[in-house]
Amino acid sequence: MSEQSVLYDVPGPRQRRVTLIGSVVATVLLVVGAYFLIYRPLDGKGQFSMELWGPLIDPSDESFPLVWERIGIGFKNTLMAAALAIVSSLVVGTLLAVLRVQLKSLARRRFTGFATPLSYLLRGLSALLSAVTRVCVEVFRGLPVVITIFFVARGFPEFGVTFDTLWYLVIGLTIYNSVVIAEILRSGMEGLPGGQAEAASAIGLSPLQTTRMILLPQAFRIMLPALISQLVVVLKDTSLGFIISYEETLTIAEQIIGSLDNPIQTYFVIGVMFIVINYSLSKLAQYVQRRLARGRRSAAPRTGAGDAQLGTEAVAGTTT
Amino acid sequence: MSVLIDRFDVFAGGFWLTLQICVLAALGALILGAVVAVLRISPVPPLRAVGTGYVNVFRNMPLTVVMFFAAFGLPALGSNADFLRIPGLDVVFSRLGTDLPYFRFALIALVLYTAAFVCEALRSGVNAVPPGQAEAARSLGLTFGQNLRYVVLPQSWKASIVPLGSVIIAMIKNSALVGFFGVVGDLSQTADQLTSAEGYAFVPVAIGISIGYLIMTVPLGAFLDRIEKRQAVAR
Repeated sequence: MSEQSVLYDVPGPRQRRVTLIGSVVATVLLVVGAYFLIYRPLDGKGQFSMELWGPLIDPSDESFPLVWERIGIGFKNTLMAAALAIVSSLVVGTLLAVLRVQLKSLARRRFTGFATPLSYLLRGLSALLSAVTRVCVEVFRGLPVVITIFFVARGFPEFGVTFDTLWYLVIGLTIYNSVVIAEILRSGMEGLPGGQAEAASAIGLSPLQTTRMILLPQAFRIMLPALISQLVVVLKDTSLGFIISYEETLTIAEQIIGSLDNPIQTYFVIGVMFIVINYSLSKLAQYVQRRLARGRRSAAPRTGAGDAQLGTEAVAGTTT
Repeated sequence: MSVLIDRFDVFAGGFWLTLQICVLAALGALILGAVVAVLRISPVPPLRAVGTGYVNVFRNMPLTVVMFFAAFGLPALGSNADFLRIPGLDVVFSRLGTDLPYFRFALIALVLYTAAFVCEALRSGVNAVPPGQAEAARSLGLTFGQNLRYVVLPQSWKASIVPLGSVIIAMIKNSALVGFFGVVGDLSQTADQLTSAEGYAFVPVAIGISIGYLIMTVPLGAFLDRIEKRQAVAR
């Protein structure tokens, strides 16, 4: 209802009648369209036969337990890769965000109190380090995840380092997502009111302490919805493991299709499972965002709250 | 490093094909996304349900699954996606007219998937307009169309341009998946081809492919950052 209040008035009796008629007409059109454009062709090709659906939905079918056992293994592998990837990218991402904020403040320092050549050297060094991390972040944020995973799986053996395929997938996902998470956290820290960092340094905290005790906890709190959305992205991206033939859900699905020859049905079931999991995660993100917004509104006047909100949305958009 | 110079035509060809996919998919996704957004904010409940369902389905499904669906589902529906052989358009984008349907299937999957995100970006823009603006317009006696045209859309456009850009960047990156679905000759398939089949050294090929993608994504990202900063100042 809230989205409508922008564009429409509260409908009167005539408008309600028009809406009702429109609803009925639209429903009829949709049902008829679905019947002729989707149901008829599929039925004509025998896609609704129990032979194709049975192994997936009928418990009395002989291959039902086997199929679901395989799907279970696939989902276990998917969830394992996703969990490992999200944990490691959170850790690496946090470290990277702290590093970038530290380097940025270091690059602004003038190093007075050192001998002149030494202070110039230190300034140059910190500027260089800052630039290097910036370039790394931009490069890995701009590369497709598929390509990163592919490069990891091809590149590591090239240099004589070999792992399980699980680790290629996890490393590939971590490289991309840690950079994204680092950017989320950094924008969260930079969006905080300047008084926070100033007050921290006024009571004598070192820059590292300021980041660790003052900025980072608040950034985590503000950016929690964006971080949860990133979880959905990681879970979806885990399905790219099939490129390097890691045995996750989609690889299993391919195997099932290879023996049962029912691609549409199998992908339908897999798709529904993904949708259910990811939809509940997105709902969780929305719920957290609403709660945070409520807490902030009552705790503080709305300075910067709007900015943080907008930042979250923009970041969430980038990462999909 | 010589592979970068010797096979420059292969890299350039891959870049050109990826660019074609991105332009076509962006066009399609913007159009379809706008339609879905209209459905989602329409006053008729069943249409709104269709729009919401569409967004929820495609936003929560991996693109990989969407692509498999397009590749298996469309033939089952009796279509080879021939409706995409648009006369005139297939002169520039020659792959649209080829007999192998994979390019068209991949394109359809990419459009369907991205449209959900485009719809959300547009809708968040409309929602960002304060309700008072539209109320004021109505009380001035503007009709629905005038209201949209002069009051709501100009403001929502400003709020949705940055999220929309992010969606397009994400789409460019997602297009890399196309190379693993039977589309021959785009950047990601070129990487596979050069390293595994033709046995070139890995690092130079990786650098070439990375440059190809970064040329598209990094400037667009920097441009969006600039717009965002300018808007932040204006606010």
